[in-house]
Amino acid sequence: MLKDITLGQYFPGNSPIHRLDPRTKLIWLIGYIVALFTAGNWASYLVVFLFLAFVVALSTIPLKSILTGLKPLVFILIFTGVLNVFFTTGEKPLIAFGVIRIYREGIIRAVFMMARIFMLICGTFLLTYTTSPISLTDGLESLLSPLKKLRLPVHELSMMMCIALRFIPTLIEETDKIMSAQKARGADFESGKLMQRVKALIPILVPLFISAFRRADELATAMECRCYQGGDGRTKMKLLRYKLLDFKAFLLLVVLICAVILLRVFGL
Amino acid sequence: MSKAISVEHLSYSYPGVDDTPGVAVFEDISLTVEDGSFVAVLGSNGCGKSTLAKQFNAILLPCGGKVYICGMDTSDEERLIAVRRSVGMVFQNPDNQIVANVVEEDVAFGPENLGVASPVIRQRVDNALRQVGMYEYREHAPHLLSGGQKQRVAIAGIIAMEPKCIVLDEPTAMLDPQGRKEVMDTILALNAQKGITVVLITHHMDEAAMAQRVVVLSNGRIAADGTPAEVFSQVDLLHSIRLASPETVELCYELNRKGFSLPLDKLSVEECAQALYDAIKA
Ligand SMILES: Nc1ncnc2c1ncn2[C@@H]1O[C@H](COP(=O)(O)OP(=O)(O)OP(=O)(O)O)[C@@H](O)[C@H]1O
Ligand SMILES: [Mg+2]
Repeated sequence: MLKDITLGQYFPGNSPIHRLDPRTKLIWLIGYIVALFTAGNWASYLVVFLFLAFVVALSTIPLKSILTGLKPLVFILIFTGVLNVFFTTGEKPLIAFGVIRIYREGIIRAVFMMARIFMLICGTFLLTYTTSPISLTDGLESLLSPLKKLRLPVHELSMMMCIALRFIPTLIEETDKIMSAQKARGADFESGKLMQRVKALIPILVPLFISAFRRADELATAMECRCYQGGDGRTKMKLLRYKLLDFKAFLLLVVLICAVILLRVFGL
Repeated sequence: MSKAISVEHLSYSYPGVDDTPGVAVFEDISLTVEDGSFVAVLGSNGCGKSTLAKQFNAILLPCGGKVYICGMDTSDEERLIAVRRSVGMVFQNPDNQIVANVVEEDVAFGPENLGVASPVIRQRVDNALRQVGMYEYREHAPHLLSGGQKQRVAIAGIIAMEPKCIVLDEPTAMLDPQGRKEVMDTILALNAQKGITVVLITHHMDEAAMAQRVVVLSNGRIAADGTPAEVFSQVDLLHSIRLASPETVELCYELNRKGFSLPLDKLSVEECAQALYDAIKA
């Protein structure tokens, strides 16, 4: 049952979006977020939305999987909408009902905010859907490498991320095994009050932690045996290299940001 | 022939925690492994096989005596990396030695640490994966592979570092017969075709019988050392240290106690059957 959980979902594929350098995609995401937060009127939102639709179409990821991924976040969307509707004040209330006053501005703002969050999440999902976790960590390490000069342990952080990603399925499997073992001895995880259920988790967590520490110890020995000495003097099998496609993507990003700024300045 | 591994009067004890006395594992042990040979190490649980293996790779350092790898002293800190790239280690649990979440990235981990140029890494990774027969799986996630496949990936990760010697600590202990066969075939091929020195620690007598030489450890000393036929024919000695010979030899041994006089050096089933046939006919 726990096996169904997929973290940092990645849909393997060979679309132009998949083939982009992970660094390009990370920078794109940042630029896209900037554009999204600069957008201030219908026209600019439309432009950003069209770009998003274009990228989704290029990525060949079925719209359905993007929308199902959004499901857990529907609550946040609605919450933001409601908050904006009720707490924005304007000139003339459309509806006045006791203390509740709903203004035209409130509704417009709610729609804008919801659109913004929706597009933000879609953009982030597109990144994780089209980039394998390992190239994502590689990209992050490469983008953050200037920070090494400030003594920030960039390599170590990306190594940790990489190992964490590697061990998530192993630990999930292990949790499954331990739960079955405890159930076989009569443990009950499904019924009882909240406190009882929390208590029932202890016999799972303790063995899980012990085994995780043992694994960590063995893994550290194995890494040492394979001459791991930290990031210094280390090379990479797959070098990240910008290709023509990446330059096209950057060009597109510049166009997007310029368009949004222009629309905002001239208030079309 | 030069020595890949040479252990001279090694003594070692694990340090005790707080006031408890340490655990003495070896007092005085000497052993040499020839270049290009295939040595199996046997011994009952807790007799110090894993401890010995960790000495070969400078994971543990001798308390007394010396360990030389291709002539390099393991306690020389400046030679640490050179020692570790000469001796690759494969452990029992494949899950806990795979670092990356893509097969080929994991195989590349060792060469990457050594600072090898990236086109060369690519070549080494592809060759190593072909050698263990896992090339088609290079883009798979390790956790979706079978135990035998995972262990072969771990071996590929070591081969990609191009060591002179591979030490395997019970690599088949967690595998089913099919996985064991895959791994053993891989080890035999590496030794025969690439001339890599292999030290195989195992509890399976039939695996040890495939080696050129068998070393039996007991209580931190070498109890027997020789070709598989020489070692396994000493059935009484093996029984006294809680070990057994391969089933074929055990069968002949039991029959001898019932009055037969069969040779005790027939390790393969065919040889044993032939010996039995000859004895009955005579
Ligand atoms: N980290 C440690 N600290 C203290 N004592 C240890 C440690 N590891 C092993 N020992 C002890 O050293 C002795 C040899 O252990 P070792 O693991 O080398 O045996 P082994 O031959 O590999 O056994 P097995 O067949 O079970 O793998 C044992 O008595 C064990 O209790
Ligand atoms: Mg052991």
